[in-house]
Amino acid sequence: MKKIILTSLSVLLYTLTANAQNISGSDTVLPVSQKEAESYMKENPSASVTITGGGSGVGISALLSGTVDIAQASRRIKFDEKLKLKQQGKEAEEVIIAYDALAVIVHPSNKVTELTREQLEGIFTGKITNWKELGGADLKIIPYSRETSSGTYEFFRQNVLKNKNYANGIMSMPATGAIVQSIRQTAGAIGYVGLAYLNTEVQAVSVSYDAGKTYVVPSVANSINKTYPVVRPLYYYYEAKSKARVQPFIDYVLSSKGQEIISEVGFIPVK
Amino acid sequence: MKKINRIIERFIEGILTVSGAITSIVMLLIVLFLFKEGSGLFHSPSVEKGYLLYVNSKNIVTDLSTPEIKHIFDSKITNWKEVGGLDQEIEIFRFEEIFNYYSDEELGEDYVLLPEKFAEVIAAQQNIIAYLPEQYAPKEADGVKALATNTISISDFFGGKEWIPTATPSPLFGVVPLVLGTLLVSFLAIIIALPLGLGVAIYLSELAGDRIPKFMKPTIELLAGIPSVVYGFFGLVVLVPIVQDTFGIPVGETAFTGSLILAIMALPTIISVAEDAMRNTPREMREASLALGATQWQTIYKVVIPYSASGISAAVVLGIGRAIGETMAVLMVTGNAAVIPNSIFEPIRTIPATIAAELGEAPANSAHYQSLFLLGCILFVITMIISITAEVISKKHNTNEI
Repeated sequence: MKKIILTSLSVLLYTLTANAQNISGSDTVLPVSQKEAESYMKENPSASVTITGGGSGVGISALLSGTVDIAQASRRIKFDEKLKLKQQGKEAEEVIIAYDALAVIVHPSNKVTELTREQLEGIFTGKITNWKELGGADLKIIPYSRETSSGTYEFFRQNVLKNKNYANGIMSMPATGAIVQSIRQTAGAIGYVGLAYLNTEVQAVSVSYDAGKTYVVPSVANSINKTYPVVRPLYYYYEAKSKARVQPFIDYVLSSKGQEIISEVGFIPVK
Repeated sequence: MKKINRIIERFIEGILTVSGAITSIVMLLIVLFLFKEGSGLFHSPSVEKGYLLYVNSKNIVTDLSTPEIKHIFDSKITNWKEVGGLDQEIEIFRFEEIFNYYSDEELGEDYVLLPEKFAEVIAAQQNIIAYLPEQYAPKEADGVKALATNTISISDFFGGKEWIPTATPSPLFGVVPLVLGTLLVSFLAIIIALPLGLGVAIYLSELAGDRIPKFMKPTIELLAGIPSVVYGFFGLVVLVPIVQDTFGIPVGETAFTGSLILAIMALPTIISVAEDAMRNTPREMREASLALGATQWQTIYKVVIPYSASGISAAVVLGIGRAIGETMAVLMVTGNAAVIPNSIFEPIRTIPATIAAELGEAPANSAHYQSLFLLGCILFVITMIISITAEVISKKHNTNEI
């Protein structure tokens, strides 16, 4: 009798742990993972997926220490992190689950509606200081950036500023909502926000990455057909050995149903 | 029975002593921790930890200052001539770029071939400056030379005018703009709040009679209970546009807006402490003054205010303390631009806002993390100086006047 209880207990424990998954990491990806997990667990009542935030770096270091199964990240795994994983004999597998587009926004009264990447770089590194230089009104340019802790700040620096540093003394706001609010009420302002935050009170700028030949409007459609350039992938990282365990959930996220959830949250589906 | 009472008294006495001692020790430990974490900064290399800068061995430049490194990687310095080298364009190489030259397979198992490949790239270009991880640095290779690394100096930190903690490869930790910003916004707030606060306190304790204070004082004290983030939001949505329109300035997020919000936040503290102090003026003193033929106003400023001077200075100190340490509201309305302010209508960045915004993502024990702790130390020293000054002032007043 005792033996039966013990075996059944261990079988139960095994199935529980087999279906339990921990996901941790980027706060940008957090709402997506949460929604996906909710509906995944509804369809598979035996599965349990736990999700926490904390930042991309936090998630990847948790993957390093083996406390999570999947690390969600709004940036690519860094060279250092890859090295540390290798030292422990682990291999990180990468899955892109969605895309997030960044829109550059200005005050609605601004006449400048098109900017090249080089011009954006000039604005945010402090070389261009007046809208006059870009064909607009004689008005000081006030660039707004996110705080240094934000993944968006890093991505914008890599993608648009080509790894150059932001101008000394740039305005930095603690949240995306605060950027939208400030730009709405400041005539010379310019800033960057996720596509999901666009509204009619601010004006999105068309961006050109080929020195002014073609300007592309930031929109979901243009991000899907890959013409809009300021797009970053959102990643799931998992350890190669635990592939069998995490595969069902990742498959679900990449399924048409999972991708539908991604568009609902305001990101761009992979497929 | 008496004996039991005595034992209980002893026991309570003991508990009180122990809790007092524990509180003091904890305070001391917190301060020690702050300074311990912060002091490591001056042992950190000025280039990001674990990384080195390499140049071609034919290059005559042997070391670069932190601002020079930053300007080179920002393409503001583009010729070696400007930093004491030959007349050559500077070619920047970040280690990630190696993956554009070679595939993962070519770099071998566990990247064993990486140092070799780095050396190849550097030796091939005379005008290159490369930013490489120490672990894979091409040591002892021909045609390659490491630049001397300095540690972050005390003068760079306390005298530096630029705060760019995430600049790669060499972050800049200059606290001058942060300290000036904090002091400017706090003192401006007190200058705005003090006359208002004292006025209201005098009105409530001397002029308002009995019924109005009963209703007004709780209302004012309720203001102290509003979360600071709500004040910040109010500031961002309401005050920022007002300031912008009234003064006709391009940006509404300025030191002045910050100090307005801080003044509003400090008012309840100032009013209630100052009012309590004035109310505590003994009735006999007031009556004596009036009996000598002084008017009500003369009584207020010759008797009540001098008598309550120490209470009023306590109110000022508490107000400044609230203003200097306030984080969230300031974070939302001052624009957080780390520049030395030329006027009160420019954005500033304060020390508490910097710590709150940056500590979350600063890797533990990195130079950035340590510099934030040092900022905490600076904040601690500033508030300590203010409280000591206030103590001295209020003591002087007490002995002179009464």
